Amino acid sequence: MAAAPESAGSKGLLGWIDQRFPLTALWRSQVSEYYAPKNFNFWYYFGSLALLVLVNQLVTGIFLTMNYKPGSTEAFASVEYIMRDVSWGWLIRYMHSTGASAFFVVVYLHMFRALLYGSHRKPRELLWIFGCLIFVVLMAEGFMGYVLPWGNMSFWGAQVITSLFGSLPVIGASLLEWIRGDYVIADATLNRFFALHVAALPLALIFLVIAHLMALHEVGSNNPDGIEIHDHEDEHGHPLDGVPFHPYYTVKDLMGVMFFLVIFGGVIFFAPTFGGLFLEGPNFEPANPLQTPPHIAPVWYFTPFYAMLRAVPSFWGTQVWGVLVMGASIVILFFVPWLDRSPVRSIRYRGPIYKIMLTVFVLSFITLGLCGLRPPAGIYPMLAKIGTVLYFAFFLLMPWYSRFDSVKPVPERVTSHD
Amino acid sequence: MIKRLLLIAVALLPAGFALAQEGGEIALRHAGTDITDIKSLQRGARDFMNYCSGCHSLTYLRYNRMAADLRIPEADLKANLMFSSSNPFDGINSAMPAADAANWFGKPPPDLSLIARERGVDYLYSYQKGFYVDRARMWGVNNLYLPGVAMPHVLASLSGLQEPVYKNEPDSAGNAHMVLVDVKLTAPGALSEQEYDVFCRDIANFLDYAGEPVKAKRQSLGVFVTLFLLVGFVFTYLLKKEYWKDVH
Repeated sequence: MAAAPESAGSKGLLGWIDQRFPLTALWRSQVSEYYAPKNFNFWYYFGSLALLVLVNQLVTGIFLTMNYKPGSTEAFASVEYIMRDVSWGWLIRYMHSTGASAFFVVVYLHMFRALLYGSHRKPRELLWIFGCLIFVVLMAEGFMGYVLPWGNMSFWGAQVITSLFGSLPVIGASLLEWIRGDYVIADATLNRFFALHVAALPLALIFLVIAHLMALHEVGSNNPDGIEIHDHEDEHGHPLDGVPFHPYYTVKDLMGVMFFLVIFGGVIFFAPTFGGLFLEGPNFEPANPLQTPPHIAPVWYFTPFYAMLRAVPSFWGTQVWGVLVMGASIVILFFVPWLDRSPVRSIRYRGPIYKIMLTVFVLSFITLGLCGLRPPAGIYPMLAKIGTVLYFAFFLLMPWYSRFDSVKPVPERVTSHD
Repeated sequence: MIKRLLLIAVALLPAGFALAQEGGEIALRHAGTDITDIKSLQRGARDFMNYCSGCHSLTYLRYNRMAADLRIPEADLKANLMFSSSNPFDGINSAMPAADAANWFGKPPPDLSLIARERGVDYLYSYQKGFYVDRARMWGVNNLYLPGVAMPHVLASLSGLQEPVYKNEPDSAGNAHMVLVDVKLTAPGALSEQEYDVFCRDIANFLDYAGEPVKAKRQSLGVFVTLFLLVGFVFTYLLKKEYWKDVH
């Protein structure tokens, strides 16, 4: 550990600052003397990567905003202006569009990590809830950002997603009009989505990320063994199985960042549309209220939820049930800390039932994602129905199977590190 | 870490396969374009200007950008390629008034700036090769890849005329009926089949360029960026090793 200067008595600029602002104290408590378990593995890169992608989105977003015009007659052309006439505009735009997908990749893997090692368990429930809120805001952010280029898929995607609110009983119709700011998706909708996308939601996202990190540093990080490293401390009160975040995890995460950037850069430079998954073909056609794309599908990261929406049949004359199921599929995430009744946290010491259920859950999520990408024909509606049932079974049956599952003895100290 | 990455790759395999087998209609022909082939792009630009630009615009592509990227001297550009404007900074716009066009063809000919990004080069290549004689249509032709096409076959003098090829296929009720499966050349045009293939490939290639003028530069730059990042990864890996060697 590097020797830090005395904060109270230090001289020079740092001393001047420290007498007026707890700079050194913050650095120590949050970074250089924040002890993290030494046994973090592959799955623990995605938190810092999510932060990296957030910064990427903020910075590239600011530069895009300088040239983008939020208006139904100008938006599409302004995006092409960025792609062709703005210096390096194409790179900034691809970094932003690829960043959106990358954000969901790393966040999904980050959330999966929590389910693997029980990172949502007491005392980290609030940490998990902040994370779920980040996910919800991120979905809103992604959806509204997708509308801004004002391509035909932007338009019709917005049409489909906003109309979900219209299916709610009693308030539906007026709520829909309130959201759109018009009777249809129009200039007013684009303007308010722009405001929300570049100001309101990023602010909410930043505050939530700060809260997420504060909660993390309050309770300390979980680890692949799912045990508390602070149960065993040395004479200075430092955990025996912990290492200071800086320099150990700053250099390790830096390595993760470089690895991520190789892949991220590869997508940006060689496959920015990612075969139509990250940037969809129909979205290179300007928004046309008179012509629906042959098949309306959301971007890949929404497709599991979109599949659940479509999997539920309408009955009693309303389609609201699918909307409720889709909403429930996200709301249920918030309750995972209390649904999980296992005596152990980590999958390493859980029994076979949890392992099977988690595998089934992952497969159902991927299956739902595939179903949501294609038209509801052939085998896909049935697959989507099965996927929906399995998705909910993982959560709703958790109080039972997690409690009755066999467990292995949990070690006192962490077992190994990469 | 390698094991984990492999696991993720395996988990995503079904997704890759599922996406690969998209389609179901008549399979597109493979365009085989090369965005770095300047000669092909130059021919494509020339042919587009002569055969397509009368009706179709490339609004988002400026004449001088095209000239710079495709290494066309400004004198040649102005003398041979600019029909609708005298300002090289302008976008490539068709001189045809949209209202007249809609009146003549039923709908205005679409702007083709982004058609390659929307439909892909294979579609553009196939489309040009998909016209066949259909006397029921307004212009006497239909298209294998865009049934009910509104465009006349303006390239007919080059490609010649094709007749449809049908196959007898039982439908789900067991009744035999004719299904359009292919087209075959019956009256040769000014170009041989191979020459016309090259012609179509050049146009598709040029439209691919027009859809994203920076594409070739992006890919060549990507090689250096990737190498740079890989070297960066090696250094950060060694840095991590050095710091972590005393953690047990």
